[in-house]
Amino acid sequence: MSKQEWPLYEVFIRTRGGLSHRHAGSLHAADDQMALDHARDTYTRRSEGVSLWVVRSDRIIASDPAETSAFFSPAEDKIYRHPTFYEVPDGVENL
Amino acid sequence: MKPEQALQAYVLGLGDNAMVLGQRLIELVAASPELEEELANANFALDYIGQARLFYSYAAELEGKGRGEDDMAFLRPENEFRNLLLVEQPNGHFGDTMVRQVLFDTYYLALLEALTRCSDERLAEIAARAEKEVRYHVRHAAQWLIRLGDGTEESHDKVQRSLDDLWRYTGEMFSADAFDEAMLKSFNGPDLDVLAAGWRTELERVVAEATLQLPGETVMANGGKQGRHTEDFGFLIAEMQILPRTYPGAAW
Repeated sequence: MSKQEWPLYEVFIRTRGGLSHRHAGSLHAADDQMALDHARDTYTRRSEGVSLWVVRSDRIIASDPAETSAFFSPAEDKIYRHPTFYEVPDGVENL
Repeated sequence: MKPEQALQAYVLGLGDNAMVLGQRLIELVAASPELEEELANANFALDYIGQARLFYSYAAELEGKGRGEDDMAFLRPENEFRNLLLVEQPNGHFGDTMVRQVLFDTYYLALLEALTRCSDERLAEIAARAEKEVRYHVRHAAQWLIRLGDGTEESHDKVQRSLDDLWRYTGEMFSADAFDEAMLKSFNGPDLDVLAAGWRTELERVVAEATLQLPGETVMANGGKQGRHTEDFGFLIAEMQILPRTYPGAAW
């Protein structure tokens, strides 16, 4: 019998209506439907959620850790992008 | 036979089905092929045992002799268990287990649905609770049957053999005994002829999707509902009951 690893899936749970789905963890499954069932059995046994998303991990387009400096560092010295950089002039209402 | 007696025996039989199937699935704990499937199986086993507790407690109350759920599960002899032969069948390989689950759960779900409309309020409530759990069990097992049947040549052949082997235990589900008839007549219980037709239709759908063949007409085994069980049942009961019988009243 050949032992092939099932693909990895990421699981996202919406804990209550109105909140967004949050990453809960990952699991292995042979197909999409099984991934959903496994997510239900693994992550929502104690009423943790009202909605589930599963997505194959290899379908997620992720940023490259090696490019962190090019991706994120340039934002660090641009404090004028934060609203707190600006002083609110006296007498301005409704800002 | 008074209707109340029939109700008591009927509820006890429901408890036996749930208890014995739960015990069979418990045997698989720590033996599943994948971690996620392990969790699913243990959940299912505990669902059945939870249902057995509800049925047994109610049966013990109806009996009114001071017995409780544990007495029903652990202190009755083998020949007083009136579960279907199907649920006591050994787990075999993974495909055998899944086929047994599809065959039984498809019937059980329809039975519970019908029982939610019966005139005994307490039984209807228990059935409503169990129905939600079993609806998911059926879905899980049916998907596995489809996956295995429509999978590789090997998995297809193996699971077809499972279906052929277990088929002869399906007739018993729909052959009404005196308790079934009393439930139907006095408590608006399930009509097994109606259930049989629905079960067949649903199975045909799943089996077709799994690219499998429903077995043809065959001689059906029966006796479970009368307390006459298959050989493996004695071992199951022995393992299930040894602790309470050896250490009466043991607790932790």
